[in-house]
Amino acid sequence: MADERARAPVADADVCIVGAGPAGGIVAHRLAESGQNVVVLEAGPRFDGDRREQLEAHVRPGLDGPWEMGGPRDAFSSSGESFYPLNAARVKGVGGTTLHWQGMVMRLHERDFELDSRHGVGADWPLDYDDLKPYYAEAERELGVAGAMDNPYAPPRDDPFPMTAFPPSHSDSIFAEACERLGLDMHSVPSARNAEPYDGRSPCVGYGTCKPVCPSGAKYTAESHVEKAEAAGARVIDRARVRRLEHDESGERVVAAAYTTPDGETHRQAADQFVVACGGVETVRLLLLSESDRHPNGLANSSGVLGRYFMDHLFAGMGGRLDRPTRQNHVGFNTSECHQFYDDTEPVNGVKLEFLNYAGPSPVIDALHADTWGDELLEQLDESYGTHISMGALVEQLPRADNYVGLDRETTDDLGDPVPEVHWSIDDQTKTALSRANEVQASVLDELGVDVEWTVGPDNTGPAFHHMGTARMGDDPDSSVVDAECRTHDVRNLWIAGSSVFPTGGAMNPTLTIAALAVRLASSLRARLS
Amino acid sequence: MRLTRRDALAVLAGLGITGGALGLSTLDPTAADGDGSSGDRDPAETDLLATMTAAAEVVYPSQVTGVGEFVETYVTGRSRDASRQAAMETVVSELDEIARDWHGAPFADLAADDRDDLLRELGVADSEPVPEGNVSERVRFYVVNELLYAFYASPTGGRLVGIENPIGHAGGTDSYQRAAMDGGQSDVNAGENDG
Repeated sequence: MADERARAPVADADVCIVGAGPAGGIVAHRLAESGQNVVVLEAGPRFDGDRREQLEAHVRPGLDGPWEMGGPRDAFSSSGESFYPLNAARVKGVGGTTLHWQGMVMRLHERDFELDSRHGVGADWPLDYDDLKPYYAEAERELGVAGAMDNPYAPPRDDPFPMTAFPPSHSDSIFAEACERLGLDMHSVPSARNAEPYDGRSPCVGYGTCKPVCPSGAKYTAESHVEKAEAAGARVIDRARVRRLEHDESGERVVAAAYTTPDGETHRQAADQFVVACGGVETVRLLLLSESDRHPNGLANSSGVLGRYFMDHLFAGMGGRLDRPTRQNHVGFNTSECHQFYDDTEPVNGVKLEFLNYAGPSPVIDALHADTWGDELLEQLDESYGTHISMGALVEQLPRADNYVGLDRETTDDLGDPVPEVHWSIDDQTKTALSRANEVQASVLDELGVDVEWTVGPDNTGPAFHHMGTARMGDDPDSSVVDAECRTHDVRNLWIAGSSVFPTGGAMNPTLTIAALAVRLASSLRARLS
Repeated sequence: MRLTRRDALAVLAGLGITGGALGLSTLDPTAADGDGSSGDRDPAETDLLATMTAAAEVVYPSQVTGVGEFVETYVTGRSRDASRQAAMETVVSELDEIARDWHGAPFADLAADDRDDLLRELGVADSEPVPEGNVSERVRFYVVNELLYAFYASPTGGRLVGIENPIGHAGGTDSYQRAAMDGGQSDVNAGENDG
């Protein structure tokens, strides 16, 4: 009974936020701090308790994954030429996908906001880098970013990073020899991971399992902002699955979010303003499920582009063995990258190169999957560990209307609602950019004398699990879903936070931009409420 | 290469089982008093420790010494979780029954080669580790993989294959920067400084 009461709607809410990931958490914290009555509805649970249980669940075969994804609640369809492994790409719970992210946080480049104007591809954002720059700085402080001003290709910034960067790895020093000879510039990686105590959280202690779980709390998760929001008075209701947004007779204002709790009860949460922040897939699904006579194609979808232009970053990689120790898998994050080719025009797609600190297998994980033990296993591990070396890359996928998130009306989840359909293909231009990434990787590994054992490129690439573009931002209500403030064109009190609003995605990991836009959205919404 | 009680405590710390949280003496299998001391153990717990130690002697590389103290400390720590202890005791009891059927003695009393043969003939090497599975799958999960995790996630076990800070061990952020393993001793309390 107490549990049911804890999931009852909040009276007199000013703002209802759907989703307790980084976007929802930051908006909730900012608004609660300014005195607004905020309620957050989160479909997944709170993962309380010792995070080292999740470490074991990750490392030990035979245990369920650490974040309980993939059950009937999370059913989906994948269509298009490329299968999309959606449930490997997201987490539902307080903290959202930051629970399992790796924590790489770069700013987009100036050109990312102006791809159409500069190069005649993709779309322009309705704001530019200078508009977002102060919010990037705030977002870096909010997340706690360790970084250095050593990247000659990064966009301009006014302030140093909140924390000093993690020093380069021994593996980086091996790459540095080859990169120096080839004229490639290596630099540090901005990381949402404590290099020192920050914001009440521990520095990194080197568990080596950043993705999918940081047991020490050194890696930022949005649990921090949710906790701060609650301390400021926000109410967070977990396992509250929002199924519909209901609007008034005019169709111009949302009046309630209908959500179902684990006891099977459906509640209505009323509020003055609504922020949908449940990821690039579920955000679309919720708005499509909220179709009505006034909004026959889905809520806030008079443009018809809701769900269209789904993008992800593509992975390109290459690796092999050297004739010397490379010291891999001590930590689960990278310490050097190369953004030298990011702004190139041939191909125009952004390419970000990574030097991996986790190349090849980890002995402990190999041992748990081995088909032997004793001296024989030791011989196998001696052979498998120690000399691997690898590079990775993220490659930009430009927005295409025929990549989309929709509803699969033939398939329903355990509540009877149509599941999301991810229709995704990889175009030839993106494949060309993947080949370009492989070309640079091959030159570095060849310079080092690496015996290349594997390549991930245009024929076997996969997504980096960054869902973007499905509720794109723009000035024109006929071709976009939200305006530059992230408020929907069609519904006056409905806002969208998260990477679904990105008109283009660059090749930088998206969470810092998600956070910057969330800070900006909170500022706009607060101004409207006051 | 000698395993120590400190290694076991480091692995337990990585799993959230810390001496500081529980009272360090409770993790000391040689302690004269208190929970976990040999005098307090019931027969099932004694069998569990004996069988796990006997299994470790074949699962671990032959050059490793100090197995008894390491396994006792580790298993005692893991047994703080009563449901895990019960599951381990059940599967160990089944393993003993099989050993008696096939070789006429409990698993721990068999010669090392017979222990190794029994595990392999039971199909444990090729079995998936499944906590609720058949006996081979459960032996893989609760005996072999439990022991392999304890060993290769420990600083000493990691060092044997060239990594002093294996995954699961909170060994700090210095080792990834070094060109070679240092000669230092592992930090027993590593992993307790979570913020």
